[in-house]
Amino acid sequence: RDCLRPSIKVAGVKKSYREVIDVSWGDPHRAGVKPLSFVRQVLAACIYPQLMDGDKLMVDVKQRAQMLLRACPGGSVGSYCATAGVPEIVERVSEYITRRDGGVPSHPENIYISSGSQWALTNILKVLVNSEASPRTGVLTPVPCHSTTILSLMALGAEVVPYYLREEQGWALDVEELQRAWGSAKEVCNPVGLYVINPGNPAGYVQSRKSMQEVIRFAAEKRLFLLADEVYQDCVFGEETEFVSYKRALAEMGSPLSDTVELASFHTTSKGLMGECGLRAGYVELVNLDPAVMKHIYSLFSADSCAPVLGQFALDVMTNPPQPGDPSYPLYMKVDHFLFLIHRKAFTEFINSLPGFSCQPVEGGAFAFPRVFLPPKAIETAKELGMKPDTFYCMRLLEEAGVLSSPGSEYGQQEGTYHIRFCIMTPSEIMEEILRRLSTFHKRFMNEFS
Amino acid sequence: MNHGTSLLWKRRALSSLSSTRRGLPKEKMSENGMMSRPKVLTIDTINPTVKKVEYAVRGPIVQRAVELERELSEGMKKPFAEVIKANIGDAHAMGQQPITFFRQVLALCSYPELLSDSSFPEDAKSRACRILNSCGGNSMGAYSASQGIDSVRQDVARYIERRDGGVPCDPDNIYLTTGASDGIVTMLKLLVCGEGATRTGVMISIPQYPLYSAALAELGAVQINYYLNEEKCWSLDIDELQRALNEARLYCNPRALCIINPGNPTGQVQTRECIEDVIRFAAKERLFLMADEVYQDNVYAEGCQFHSFKKVLFEMGPEYSETVELASFHSTSKCYMGECGFRGGYMEIINMDDDVKAQLTKLLSVRLCSPVPGQALMDLVVNPPQPGEPSYERFIKERTATLSALAEKAKLTEQVLNTVDGISCNPVQGAMYSFPRITIPEKAIQEAKKLGQQPDMFYCMKMLEETGICLVPGSGFGQKEGTYHFRMTILPPTDKLKILLNSVKEFHQRFTQQYS
Repeated sequence: RDCLRPSIKVAGVKKSYREVIDVSWGDPHRAGVKPLSFVRQVLAACIYPQLMDGDKLMVDVKQRAQMLLRACPGGSVGSYCATAGVPEIVERVSEYITRRDGGVPSHPENIYISSGSQWALTNILKVLVNSEASPRTGVLTPVPCHSTTILSLMALGAEVVPYYLREEQGWALDVEELQRAWGSAKEVCNPVGLYVINPGNPAGYVQSRKSMQEVIRFAAEKRLFLLADEVYQDCVFGEETEFVSYKRALAEMGSPLSDTVELASFHTTSKGLMGECGLRAGYVELVNLDPAVMKHIYSLFSADSCAPVLGQFALDVMTNPPQPGDPSYPLYMKVDHFLFLIHRKAFTEFINSLPGFSCQPVEGGAFAFPRVFLPPKAIETAKELGMKPDTFYCMRLLEEAGVLSSPGSEYGQQEGTYHIRFCIMTPSEIMEEILRRLSTFHKRFMNEFS
Repeated sequence: MNHGTSLLWKRRALSSLSSTRRGLPKEKMSENGMMSRPKVLTIDTINPTVKKVEYAVRGPIVQRAVELERELSEGMKKPFAEVIKANIGDAHAMGQQPITFFRQVLALCSYPELLSDSSFPEDAKSRACRILNSCGGNSMGAYSASQGIDSVRQDVARYIERRDGGVPCDPDNIYLTTGASDGIVTMLKLLVCGEGATRTGVMISIPQYPLYSAALAELGAVQINYYLNEEKCWSLDIDELQRALNEARLYCNPRALCIINPGNPTGQVQTRECIEDVIRFAAKERLFLMADEVYQDNVYAEGCQFHSFKKVLFEMGPEYSETVELASFHSTSKCYMGECGFRGGYMEIINMDDDVKAQLTKLLSVRLCSPVPGQALMDLVVNPPQPGEPSYERFIKERTATLSALAEKAKLTEQVLNTVDGISCNPVQGAMYSFPRITIPEKAIQEAKKLGQQPDMFYCMKMLEETGICLVPGSGFGQKEGTYHFRMTILPPTDKLKILLNSVKEFHQRFTQQYS
């Protein structure tokens, strides 16, 4: 993706479009989504408390800001806070989790707020991965998978053990495939972790409860530490789909599994309605960990000082949004998240109507990950240019149509298949424009290389 | 670990899912009568280097301080009315006020509807617009490029050029990081490799800021200690650098030299000559130089001046400026800003191989990007109000007040502590801390040993329990064998600081008496 970016900066060149639409990131604000007023008003008031004098801000904004500032040493967002996060916020996050999981208890002592969920994931991986060991630590990871986690694993010297999701079955996670991956891994490394993404990224699946139970049983049987990346849990749109957290699924399976399977689950303020990627706030909840190990996890996090305070405040709003009756509630409710419900269907239907594209249903997450059947000529041309075929397609899509997407090769895919990832969390007008440009471009491209 | 700490760990240990099973021992019978299986992650199976990570600034003594605060709030009677956290370099927590201009701009960036609010000055609004225009979707909520927002990096480069009397700075060498710590740890990760006798060694001062020891432990690198000279106001002797290096070459591959200037915990401000000597040493011995300069505006002592490593390097001519590899670090957490909670920072990389730079960017991309509000704040720090602008007067007033208060407190701290028999405090030339040497009676040392504690930890724990003052024992930073110190911040407001220093004095006298 980085190699595509420089071409955007070419100034003054005549193009058929006036500006580039960037849907290559899982970044709602970049894609045109507006921040939620309530959270931004609270942040502004916390940053510059003089704003709370007079009547500029609603009562509930002021109350929230005052509560949050009281929780900070010296009443300032500029202070450091406790290692795991501002204690009041950590407490409220754990209450949120308990509510989310229908009463399955969550304890603040098991939660760490971090500068984005990937930061917490890296810290947990640091504990898990022994790069000096022989054989090396292995972590099972899905294909396709977003590249940040893969990079993190590689940087820590872990062996990445891929397990392939079944595209034809809506990207389902097949336990037989887990078994195959684990079996082959045993020969080259010591598999210790199992990383799952639910809802998916880049593929837009949402795991069924049954599938999750299979995964949990597998993790228990093979003695794997379960890492559940659940950052898209608030982006679930399928009519018959429901997000269930791994923690809840685990708890409902009862003893002995619920007391023994070690689990780390991750969430963030970057996705969902908030889309506050730039504020950098996420958290990890740890379940069934050995107390002695928890002590060292604390030390690890303490060397990072603490997560950015503004991000933590945004997390507080995410876990405790305005309620019916609050003055800010009507504006908060106007948020067009229903837009995304329409978009994912519109996008997949439209893409599927284009010859050469095939897109599995997008049940959740922020992306569509359609498969593109590239003509042999296009593949040849790409190879001559020293490019992966899907990168070539994305490059052309950018140059000719001004739509920046990302190639499937960045995420991993079955050999000989090609995919494109599009962020579909965009306002309606932008989505319409994307589809219009994509349609024109795709037909021309397929024609050129037929 | 003392009693207080172990109580806290019990509370943190509750990670079992079943609420009814809280407090039950680890190995318990499950419902079908079978013993619980051993965990995947146990003290024996976790990454061994993680076990060596300690960070004294947030270590056991702070955890005890938090417990005491809780006890106080629950109405328990103590010999003190409040716990004072003089352990951490957190200015706002101690009552320092933020710079108004910075907060105005950041508020505008957070909620741009305020741009139509006439109570905000025009220069704050134009800064905010400039920042927002550089953000994806004009929002601080969008990711930035991993290296940081372009326009901010350019502003940082210009600031460095101004600071360094015109020495050129390429924005491509600037990386915006999550506090300076993120940059430091990432650079160390890049540097550490090898095995056994070829394992990377990294030179760091003793005493040092324990982020370095924590990072080196976690990376499995070899920590090479060079001792600062306490008798000469914590100065750095090249002979000592040479000694440390020569010895280290026998068992590792020394590749980097870290220096903190102004120093933490010691506060010394290096002379220009010393910096030149260090650069020559690094060049001769082929060491990567890491210059931690986060306290660059915190210089108080007469005759002392901050000289950036970059500036001195370039003024030494091409023989050095074109060859010595240097990374220098800065932050929004210290100086006159004290905005720790924003996690803003940058590093400038000099003479790094292009391929290595690409790897550095890749490493940083694992974090995605540093917090955008922190990047925005850094932009303001390097681009503050200028003469003639509406906010200039106020800005200068606030900055001057903060820095001169710190200078006053630095002097006060040195003076008061030096009136105590058994406490000896070097002048606090800069930074935010005093690191006095304390004499601990032999009886107390024995008592500490019985409890399995470092003598200065024993001392500090006693001080905490008796006065509510939380300091960090010198053993957390490193010190010459047989010497003891504590680190105390100079940050509380002057009148509170006076009371604090008096309490420390009285405690020391009592303690010495008790264990004589």
